[in-house]
Amino acid sequence: MSSLTIRNLRKSFGSVEVLKGINIEARTGEFIALVGPSGCGKSTLLAMIAGLESVTSGEIRIGDRLVNSVAPKDRDIAMVFQSYALYPTMTVRENITFGMESRGVPKPQRDEAVKRVAALLQIEPLLARKPGQLSGGQRQRVAMGRALVRDPKLFLFDEPLSNLDAKLRVDMRTEIKKLHHRVGKTTVYVTHDQVEAMTLASRIAVMHQGEVQQFDEPQTVYDRPANMFVAGFMGSPAMNFIPATLTTDAEGRPAVSLKVGDGAVLALAEGAVPGTTGRDVILGVRPEHIFRYSPELKASKKSLATVEAPVEMVEPTGAETIGLMRFGDLEVTGRFDPDEAPRMGETITLGIDMSHACLFDPTTRKLL
Amino acid sequence: MSTIDADAGRISGADNPRPTWRERLVRISPILILAPSLAASFIYVFVFTIWTLYISLSNSSLLPSYGFVGLDNYASLWSNRRWNIAYSNLFLFSAFYIVGAMAIGLALAILIDQKVRGEAIWRTIFLYPLAVSFIVTGTVWSWLYNPTDGIQMLVRGLGWTDFNFALASDRNTAIYAIIITGIWQSSGFAMALFLAGLRSVDPDLVKAAQIDGASTFRTYRRVILPVIAPIFLAVAVVQIQFAIKTFDLVAALTRGGPGISTTFPAIYVYDLMFQRGQIGEGAAAAIMMLAALAVVLVPYSFFIVWRHRRESRHG
Repeated sequence: MSSLTIRNLRKSFGSVEVLKGINIEARTGEFIALVGPSGCGKSTLLAMIAGLESVTSGEIRIGDRLVNSVAPKDRDIAMVFQSYALYPTMTVRENITFGMESRGVPKPQRDEAVKRVAALLQIEPLLARKPGQLSGGQRQRVAMGRALVRDPKLFLFDEPLSNLDAKLRVDMRTEIKKLHHRVGKTTVYVTHDQVEAMTLASRIAVMHQGEVQQFDEPQTVYDRPANMFVAGFMGSPAMNFIPATLTTDAEGRPAVSLKVGDGAVLALAEGAVPGTTGRDVILGVRPEHIFRYSPELKASKKSLATVEAPVEMVEPTGAETIGLMRFGDLEVTGRFDPDEAPRMGETITLGIDMSHACLFDPTTRKLL
Repeated sequence: MSTIDADAGRISGADNPRPTWRERLVRISPILILAPSLAASFIYVFVFTIWTLYISLSNSSLLPSYGFVGLDNYASLWSNRRWNIAYSNLFLFSAFYIVGAMAIGLALAILIDQKVRGEAIWRTIFLYPLAVSFIVTGTVWSWLYNPTDGIQMLVRGLGWTDFNFALASDRNTAIYAIIITGIWQSSGFAMALFLAGLRSVDPDLVKAAQIDGASTFRTYRRVILPVIAPIFLAVAVVQIQFAIKTFDLVAALTRGGPGISTTFPAIYVYDLMFQRGQIGEGAAAAIMMLAALAVVLVPYSFFIVWRHRRESRHG
């Protein structure tokens, strides 16, 4: 049973096509994250689901009902805005009940609903205050309260955490996740922050230039990105892309020969040979799969390839140390344990865990 | 060693040099630039206000003289029927003019805010009356109101020979002619301010209200208009002081007539001071106008300060 179905949805503003055939389906209770850089169309898509933007072509169904031309208020949705959009002249209580009041819900029922939501979000002491007297985190809670009080079919979040400071953002992220577990409503969550998408979503739709690049579970999106855009967008620091050619190593195993630096040959993990010797590929390696080589490491990893590279820059962050190594014209980023961090100027022997490496086609930029 | 110490002392002294003439100029230039206008404001506002106050307590007639007569001028002013008409006209005019201009201005602003086509053209048309001086407005409308060559004559010429439209020529309705003209003149100004206010409202608020199921009317009444409430106050205050100072509109439109039916305080002051040579009583009338302005503006400025403090307290 799916509670949101989007089929071949298109949106144009004049001659500019901002959404080019979107297909997304959310099962009941699912948490879908729409993630992508600014201008990728994710907020437009959300506004269309909410009914705040018209549909150029395609269809949006909430439950079984086609809602393309249904007014926002009749779609049975609730939305949390980036700016929170709390009514500044109303108290928190009035903000939360305004929707019910507009729909003619009698007062005892409204009071009951406010009590329930205020308890859920722990905002009882704030009910008589106005939004101007609240902190950012409190406003965020009230905005969620206004959405929760309605008990809708679908929750829409439009970058709800982007106006909070870093610490509060992490706290509220956890809180949203807990809340979703407790309430269990289908949720569509727009964000440009890939960490938010990874931590919250049951499935992620990565968007770019008006198209869904990949729509899958977070770990799949991270481990097997559909193309180089997804690979580069998800994860920080970003995945390293190294041009290479398919070949075989000294022992006759399939391998890639790097086209940069001294042309090191790295054996591939078993079962990952997309094509014949001589084919150009792009090797994608995440920074956390690059280590300082040691015999123990060799023993613990099944398919480890080694390569030597000079260390150009070291950035300690406390929990880990980011190292920049030079591979010919390329800089390759690695995330190291501080204990085995590279030193500036050193030529380090790196062990690359090839079982997590991805190969991309250099022309289509798709995963092989 | 001692010479080096002396040198060092001189060098460290250079860390804190005397300001150059250039730095000094930078420091005093704000004072220099503001001084003439501050002096002028002080003389023309405070000195002349106090002087007028003094004259209003003196026995001045054609020329200022300084014999102190206490509140005699005020007593004579308030026993004058014409002044009482002027004052009640002022209240009637202010009430209708402010409410009317604000209502029409708000209605126009809301209509324009509905993303109408050719918005800039409508805005210019509605704002245009403000660009016309009160004298021109008054003169043109006095022609329109004139029964023998204005609207009445036009409609009669079209065939409705019984049509009557002589608002400005009837002593009971002439004040309404002035009110209508005043509203025509200022509703564009109110519209411009209201429109700016409506445009400054976070569009997400409207979207949230839409999702909350509020009708357009309800969205305006409960969400948008409360947000722009301070603009209502600002428009009202600007218009009240327009109303209290009303002179040229009436001078051009009815010259205070028919009879004395549309006399306004400012007309009365002008009349006493420059036509009848009763400077003392004229000054008393002027002070009464100042008092009326103060009744409006002093609480308003206290309110502004209070609101500013409250906002800075809540960040």
